[in-house]
Amino acid sequence: MTAHLTETAQQRDRARTIFEKSRPGRRAFVAPELDVPQQEGLLPDRFRRTEPARLPEIAEPEIVRHYNRISKRNFDVDTGFYPLGSCTMKHNPKLHERVAALPGNARLHPLQHPRRAQGALRLMWELQRALAEVAGLPHVSLQPSAGSHGELAGVLLTRAYHEDRGERRTKVLTPDTAHGTNPATVTMGGYELVKLGTSDRGDVDVDDLRAKVGEDVACLMLTNPNTLGLFDPNIEEIARIVHDAGATLYYDGANLNAVMGRTRPGDMGFDIVHYNLHKTFTQPHGGGGPGAGPIAVSERIEPFLPRPQVVRRESGNGAGPAFDLDFDRPKSIGRLRSFQGNYGVFVRSYAYILSLGSDGLQEASETAVLNANYLMARIAETAGEHVPPAFERTCMHEFVLSGGPMKRALGIRTLDLAKRLLDYGFHPPTVYFPLLVDEALLIEPTETETRETLDAFAEVIGEIVTEAAEDPDAARNAPYTTPVRRLDEAGAAKRPVVRQPL
Amino acid sequence: MLAAIGAESIDALFSDVPEGVRLGRAIDLPPGKPEQEVYEYLRDLAAMNVSTEDEVSFVGAGMYDHYVPALIDSILARSEFLTPYTPYQPEVSQGTLQLMFEYQTAISELTGLPVSNATLYEAASAVASAGWLAHQHNRRGRFVVSRGLHPHSREALATTGAGWNTEIDEIPLADGVTDASALEQALSDDVSAVFLQYPNFLGAVEDLEALVAPAKEAGAIVVVQCDAIALGILRTPGDFDVDIAVGEGQPLGNRLDYGGPSFGFFAAKQDYIRRMPGRIAGETTDVDGRRGFVLTLQTREQHIRREKATHNITTAQTLNALAGVIYLSWLGRQGLVELGELLLQRTAYARDALAAVEGVEPLHSQPVVREFAVALDADVDAVIERCAADGVNPGYPLARDYPDLENGLLVAITEQRTKADIDRLATTLQAAVREAVPA
Repeated sequence: MTAHLTETAQQRDRARTIFEKSRPGRRAFVAPELDVPQQEGLLPDRFRRTEPARLPEIAEPEIVRHYNRISKRNFDVDTGFYPLGSCTMKHNPKLHERVAALPGNARLHPLQHPRRAQGALRLMWELQRALAEVAGLPHVSLQPSAGSHGELAGVLLTRAYHEDRGERRTKVLTPDTAHGTNPATVTMGGYELVKLGTSDRGDVDVDDLRAKVGEDVACLMLTNPNTLGLFDPNIEEIARIVHDAGATLYYDGANLNAVMGRTRPGDMGFDIVHYNLHKTFTQPHGGGGPGAGPIAVSERIEPFLPRPQVVRRESGNGAGPAFDLDFDRPKSIGRLRSFQGNYGVFVRSYAYILSLGSDGLQEASETAVLNANYLMARIAETAGEHVPPAFERTCMHEFVLSGGPMKRALGIRTLDLAKRLLDYGFHPPTVYFPLLVDEALLIEPTETETRETLDAFAEVIGEIVTEAAEDPDAARNAPYTTPVRRLDEAGAAKRPVVRQPL
Repeated sequence: MLAAIGAESIDALFSDVPEGVRLGRAIDLPPGKPEQEVYEYLRDLAAMNVSTEDEVSFVGAGMYDHYVPALIDSILARSEFLTPYTPYQPEVSQGTLQLMFEYQTAISELTGLPVSNATLYEAASAVASAGWLAHQHNRRGRFVVSRGLHPHSREALATTGAGWNTEIDEIPLADGVTDASALEQALSDDVSAVFLQYPNFLGAVEDLEALVAPAKEAGAIVVVQCDAIALGILRTPGDFDVDIAVGEGQPLGNRLDYGGPSFGFFAAKQDYIRRMPGRIAGETTDVDGRRGFVLTLQTREQHIRREKATHNITTAQTLNALAGVIYLSWLGRQGLVELGELLLQRTAYARDALAAVEGVEPLHSQPVVREFAVALDADVDAVIERCAADGVNPGYPLARDYPDLENGLLVAITEQRTKADIDRLATTLQAAVREAVPA
């Protein structure tokens, strides 16, 4: 593969940080003039910094050029297919950025008096109503900042609910297929984790659930469809077992994009749900946030919701309703974060809900499921022998392949396939998750993608395994065309360099 | 496409959903709208808000109306930064990973601590996360918390600490700063961590030297919530042997956005690097020896360690960190100091100007950098309403968070509030206090 060894222009452009581009005396900022009489000694010397922070000294053109150049070392969903399972990388409509940036949103102080923040509070209230309808649960708090923050809220709500009833329960159940955030949240919530097995069909092992549920179990955390992309048809029975034991049922909403308009967590029997607004409701992910993780709950959990809550109060004097922040919630678990939540995210997600509406949200889920099943079928044609589905079933919005046969027959691993995809201009799927599938590839195409894109991706998977049959090193050494090639992650962790030495 | 799948209909794809839980009707929401109608609707809602563009605002209390330079909007709008996921494939995520590394360097410089993560959500949950780290580290059961710590941070700490049954003791303020002798009395070998704020919620610069030493002596971890802008001119938490510095990232180039998204910064001593919450970018090389960056120390994280992870966080606030590092580069080494000095001078001028108003008294006499508290000889809410009618928002009322400071008002200054604005505040406040019914 000698062609691969030619260094690209981007590879020749070695990474230099903005600190390394700093030169003494250069600057961008022009300070406003000191327009008040100067006073001496306002800050005693013992409080005063002696050396300025060694920030870059650099002019505006160089800052702009620096970040524009490094931006080009990223792959993004505006540029190409990003089938990262569990992450729902759908299109981010550009209108959303425009409305979020309106001064009435972008320059609204979070402690502005509610009387002068009526538009924002109304938007939040309407978003709460819309999310409640989608999830089939009556009460929503927008406060949590991301999915895992919503999970923490859910576990703390569960704790508050049981304690209010005078019960001390110590365990939380999660399936072995759960997102890593679920067990991590269980620990942060002060509970002991108990893992549930998965059946041969990829569902919750209901016998294992029956064996492990009991009076010491506070909650079962579940996502449905699960991380295998499979809808658990036993969900009603699971809910019955959990509720009969007096536990709550928590819905990890990371996979909500599969079921909008078809079924609702509330109707399945869930008590608490979190939404990932940065997944299902298309807040751009920003390379690792911001997102938002609102929660919806049933009546029995409502008294414990975080405060403040956005509420609508009828005026009673003929004027329209007024929106307010309700702090008077004596059973509330309290605040999870500063202020009212990631409001800028709420604006974007509400714009999405208004744009799609009732039929559009349902169509989004249906198309996501159609695309996933289509892509699964197409890859079965192009590479089915080497990367077969982990479960031969209709999938929902995502599906899992096993690279095990490929590894055994061709000597390339799922990681190699993923890295080779980069040379073809595709972002790889999620790899090595869920853990119970050998050499897993978790693929989520979303409703955004055209049939042509899905066909092209399936063809490339086929090409890569065909290539590997002749020359496995081609994939083992991939990628070749990216700004950098495989990186030494073990070395980075062994001797961590986590800041620029100055 | 259905033919390729071998399915008869879309309905067939949902056959695993049992009858009993199918929705069986349309979602009860209005039909979708064309783009221009969505724009108009949301524009009209936004217009109902009174933003800092519509009034002269002196509200701070954790988020501040700093000027956000235009280059931040331009760079953050780039699809390459706006629309990727978390950098799981480093070969095609070097832009994000490098900005994280640069951001970590900048935060490390501001705080004087060697290890920064690549953001948490915002300040209060960052304080709570520091509490979780401390609890994991020393397994002690009690937190000692200054009442000068932001009330949102105190509440988030309590909310999160309920998960592991933490006791919280609050230390009162004396003349606006943490009462050092009360702190000393509260300390013992069961204290997991001590929480302070610098400058504190009432704007006063805490004497960290005096407060940190006894806490360390008791073996507690010291956590300080800092104002990133004030750190341009204040001695760093690292200088005072603080273990963990956290804070609100909004003042660093992020919009107010009615409270978020912004970011929470989190920096610590080297000892805690393997207990840190959140993503950390590290430098390394590729197979050809080129410099590159990766997510590092991932064995701390939930996707690897699951129930043994140091934290459950995954999605954080990377795009907001980008705004932060651009802002700090734009200000630059000298600019951050100049900004801090300007705020120091204007804030002192404003404190003097308000103290000269009849019926307004400073709540404390401590040094302040960008914010100060006063007590009004009048009903605060009535004063605020009267000022609002004149297009001035005089500050944040303290009564909800400090019932003992019933007529307290917290006043914040930024570089966008000129001497003329401050003079107008004094005049407006004078009229409002005179008119308002005495409390």
